Order: sequence, then structure tokens, then C-alpha cells
Amino acid sequence: MDGMAGQKSTLTWVVNISALLLVLAWTIPTLGLLVSSFRDRDQIAGSGWWAAFSTSEQTGFVRTGTDDDATQVDGIYVIEGTVLEGAQELIAWGTRSREPGAYQPGETVEIEDGWQLTVNEDGSYRLTSDAPFEMRRGERIFTTTKAPANLTTANYQRVLTAEGLGRAFMNTLTVTIPATVIPILIAAFAAYALAWMQFPGRALLTAAVVGLLVVPLQVSLIPLLQMHNSIGIGKGYLGIWLAHTGFGLPLAVYLLRNYMVGLPREVIESARVDGATDFQIFRRIILPLSFPALASFAIFQFLWVWNDLLVATVFLGNTREQLVMTGVLRELMGSKGGEWEILATSAFISIAVPLIVFFSMQRYLVRGLLAGSVKGG
Amino acid sequence: MELFWLAARTIVIGVFGCVAWFWGSNMVLDAIYPPRGEKAGDNIRRANQIRPWLFLGPAILFMGLYLVYPVLDSLWRSLHNADGSRFVGVDNYTWAVGDAKFRESMRNNMLWLLVVPALSTLFGLIAAQLTDRIRWGNIGKSLIFMPMAISFVGAGVIWKFIYEYRDADETQIGLLNYLVTRLGGDPQLWLTLIPWNNFFLMIVLVWIQTGFAMVILSAALRGIPEETIEAAILDGASPLQVFFKIKVPQIMGTIAVVWTTITIVVLKVFDIVFVMTNGQWGTQVLANLMYDWMFRGTPDYGRGSAIAIVLMLLVTPIMIWNIRNARKEVR
Repeated sequence: MDGMAGQKSTLTWVVNISALLLVLAWTIPTLGLLVSSFRDRDQIAGSGWWAAFSTSEQTGFVRTGTDDDATQVDGIYVIEGTVLEGAQELIAWGTRSREPGAYQPGETVEIEDGWQLTVNEDGSYRLTSDAPFEMRRGERIFTTTKAPANLTTANYQRVLTAEGLGRAFMNTLTVTIPATVIPILIAAFAAYALAWMQFPGRALLTAAVVGLLVVPLQVSLIPLLQMHNSIGIGKGYLGIWLAHTGFGLPLAVYLLRNYMVGLPREVIESARVDGATDFQIFRRIILPLSFPALASFAIFQFLWVWNDLLVATVFLGNTREQLVMTGVLRELMGSKGGEWEILATSAFISIAVPLIVFFSMQRYLVRGLLAGSVKGG
Repeated sequence: MELFWLAARTIVIGVFGCVAWFWGSNMVLDAIYPPRGEKAGDNIRRANQIRPWLFLGPAILFMGLYLVYPVLDSLWRSLHNADGSRFVGVDNYTWAVGDAKFRESMRNNMLWLLVVPALSTLFGLIAAQLTDRIRWGNIGKSLIFMPMAISFVGAGVIWKFIYEYRDADETQIGLLNYLVTRLGGDPQLWLTLIPWNNFFLMIVLVWIQTGFAMVILSAALRGIPEETIEAAILDGASPLQVFFKIKVPQIMGTIAVVWTTITIVVLKVFDIVFVMTNGQWGTQVLANLMYDWMFRGTPDYGRGSAIAIVLMLLVTPIMIWNIRNARKEVR
């Protein structure tokens, strides 16, 4: 008996630890970017984001002043300055790239004939020579410094204003909300008809909706762009609203129909017997009862439209004023590939809203997924 | 602010338009065939024949115009030259077969098709089984499910940061290169590392889709009758045996649904490749290749449409399978 209990608790441990590893593997990528969005450029370049909360050691170099900066004091020539900036603390320094930490702060070293270099703990350096300096570029002083963990929201301020993400945020919102609301209404009526009205061709239509679920968006791009151009909609909000409505409808009709079919027949029948018209049944009974399914689809469509890049690129256009957030992000990846403080921050602003929606309405999302996948296909 | 009013106006117009259509058309119908008077029965019957089409009208119109018509139009365009002015038969398709980039895209799409659904389903199954058995399972589920809410572009940024490369003598800020150098290896430019870069792109989609697979499979696992599991345990089956021999066979149907759903996503994969490598270094896929022919340089709508039709053909088997399943369900 003891043996079995022991086995069981080992198994529990294994399960817990494996689950923890899996969860970590799935969250760490996002966490890395989140942390990076609060660090400034030097911190990001100087150490990995995992070191953000510890004081970080950085190595680098500064150049001393040149001939022009030299002053003459008591017959010797002196160049002075500092090697530190901000809240850094000097640990070691050197004059050759091979040995960047050869000397301790406070040491005085002869680096060339008659040239003496001192770097103090407070970062100030003093280079002296008996003869006038003759150098075009300053001497290099390599430093090893320690900087305290320092998180900042400056990136967010910069990105929202200077990089045009504030505008893009508004554009995304403008695209998303009508493109979420309008298909729901259209789909709800259609779903009711497919679920509760008798007419020839119903099975065929339902099958067609299932088929349309998987039509690749790519097929529609060229024909629709041409159609929009020829009927005068061109590129703009109207076009993208219509496009998203069209693309979202099969899923909407499918989800809602599946849900409505499951509503209790007696309620609807008895309303019919009482003389309610289809329109009344739909508005008074079906619509309120279908709220969970409506919410599910609304979340799907919201996430999908908010996160979409392809449809927005094709139907909205690519000027600065028209870009949605995914578009801006894509552009930044091209033009500012190495500036991770900008990229990380922009990415986070663009995924913040979907994440909030996701975490607050997860219940409906899961329900919708189950209705969409397990029941039918 | 202007934008805000534009959006608000659209919602109001859109919603009112819809309501006005459904309500108004019903009123008109009832006025033409009033459900009372001497021919009431006849009228109700007639009205009931027409009413479904009023309810379905807008949806059919939209789906027809935005999904059905484009398929036919693309087919037509794929048989014509770049600007659609001349019929060229199957020239665009024969061009595709001989084109190196198209072949590369086909090969990569097939690779994606093999790897991503398999890994997503596998990880999803493992995650479902693990999180169902622990106390903090719901939190774990939420976190694994979370990438679902992140855009492909956002995911591209997140993973590009992981693959970030710095020269060997600099501090590595990308997690992968950091780990590799800590283990004594050399940092790599992962995204240009042919052919492995394809797999580094696929990981991004696996990361996103695993949560989906987990949610669905977890529900299916919970639906398994307890008796079958208890019987197996009584017969002395180990936990692994219970999982692979009792549970997995019973949820095969759901696994197939998850697999095909992810397959569809994979076939259409665009954003990840578009933002991370843009199809360079041997990572081109069909959707991105099509975008290239549509929008880069001089557009060639013939070839672009031909590629789109190839995509359409690739999803058709799944479409048919889905329709069959759904019809079984209805009966």
C-alpha cells in the first residue's frame, strides 16, 4: 500500500513539473518582449532581458578628448573628462580591447611614452603628457560598468506619439468595431432561418456555409479589389468593413445556427401557437437565448479583425494615415529591425487589447471553439 | 475624433440598415399577404415560403459576392494573362509547375502541412492531459491558450526577438543564441539558416495553435466515459497505457477535427513568413508568393490567381470532408 501511495505522489510531481515547464515555454517568449518594452536601448543591447531585474554589467568604451581639448597646467598637458554616464558604477577599465578590464579604478598607467592615464572610481579620467598631444582621435578607454535595474515607460510615450502608433490604434479600432457588429446581425437572421424555418434548399445552404468556412481568403483578394475599384469604393474603410463582413459571415452563420438548433423546441412551438410571427420569435426569444453564441462569435471576429494584416494591407492602403497597427508593426520590422525598444513596445501596444479581451471573455471563446469544432467540422 | 464619428456613424447606419431591412421587408410581406381575412391560410402559407429568403437575403448576398464570386473570378483570371485581356489557357499553371519559386513554395507548404498540425496536436494533447490533472490547471490552460489572441505579426516580433543574433564576441540578447552560447555553441542567424529556418518559422505557428488544440482535446478527454478508464486501471494498466490505449483511441474523431482545422490555417499561412523572412532564404510559401505576384512590381493577376486557385484546390478535400461530417450531424 505504501509503495502505491509513493508512486502516486511521484507521478503527481512529474505531472506538476512537466505542466510547469510547458506553461513556462509558452509564456516566456511573450514575457521577454514585455520586459524589453520597459528597458531603454542601451539596456536591451547590453544584456539579455532575463537580466533586467538584476544590476547588469556592461562593457564598452569611450574616447578621450583630442589635442583641442588639452589644457596646459604647470607645464604638462592635460586632457580630462568622464567615462561614465547616468547611474553607472565603474568596476574596471583598460586601454586595449584584448584586456578591457586590466586596471582597477584609481590606478595610473603609462600608456605611451610619457602619457599617463588615470581613471578614478567616480569615472573621471586624466590623461597627462609632458609634450603636446598629437592625435586626431582620442585614446580609447575600455570600461566595465555596473548599472542598477532601471525600468522606464519612455518607450511607450515615444512610440505612441512619434512612431504613429496612436493614430494606427484609432485606425484599427475604426476598422474593427463595425466589422464585428454588422456581421453578427446579418448572420443571426440567416442562422435563425437555417435552424427554425422550413423551406426547400435548406440542407444545401447549410452545407454551402460549411464549405465556405474554409475558402482561402487569398482567392478573394484580386477579384474583390477589382470589384471595389470598379464600383467606386476603392480602398478605404467602407471596403474593408464590407470585406470583413463577407469573410466573417460563414463562421457566424455556422456557429449561430448550431447554437440555435439546440434551443428548446417547445418554447418556439408554443410561441408559434400563441400567434407570434417569426420576426417576434426571433427578437423576443431566439436573440436573448443565443447571447452566449453571439458573444463567442463577436470575440472571434474581434480578435481576427484586430489581428489581421492581409485584408487591411489589400483593402485599406499603405499610407501612414491608413495603416492599422499590424501594418505599422510590419513596417517597423523592416525599417527599425534592430531597434528592439521600439519594436517590443509597439508589439505590446498592438496585442494589449486582444489580450484584455481574451482574458476577460475566455469563457465565451472556449464555448465558441467547442461549438465550432466538436459538433460539426 | 473624425475617425471616431465615422466609425460610430457606420455602426449606426449598418445596424439600422439591417434592422430596417429585416423589419421592413417583413412588414411589406405581411401587407401583401395579410394573415387574416378569408384567404388567411393561403396567405400565411405563401408568406412562409418567402420569409426565409428575406431572413437569408443579406447573408446570401454577402457570401455570394465576397466568397463564391471571387472563386469563380479567380478561376477565370488564372486562365488569362497578367491584366486579364487575353485568354492563355493553362499557361499560368504550366508556368507555375516549372517555376523554381513556386516549387519551393509547394515544398515548404507541404513541410508546414506535415509538421505544424502534428506538433500542435501533440503538444495540445499533452497540455490537455497535464493541465486536467493539476490543481492550477485552469491558469496553466489560460497561459498556453494565450498566444491564440496574439496576431501573427505580433508573434513574429516576439519570436524574431528570440532568434536575434549578435556577433560571437558581443552579448547575446536573443534567448536562443544565449542558450546556445552558454552550452558552448556558436551563435547562429537562425532565420537565414537554410533549410532549418523553415522550422524556426513553423515553431511560431505551433506556439499559437497548441492552445486551440488543447482546449478542444481537453473537452474531449473529459467526455470519455469514466468506466472505460476505471476498467483499464483495475486490469492493471499503467497511466501511460491508459492514455495511449484507452483515451486517445476514444477521441480520434476530435483529433481529426483539430488536425484538419489547423491544416486549413497552415495552408493559408501568410503573415508569419511575410514579416519574418518575406520568403527569402528558401522560406517562401504559396500565400506569400501569391502576394508577391499581386502587389510587388508589375502585378500579374493571371499568375497570382493561378496560385490562389492552387490553394483553393488544396483545401477542397478538407472542405468536402467537413461538409460530409456536417451532413451526417444534421441527419
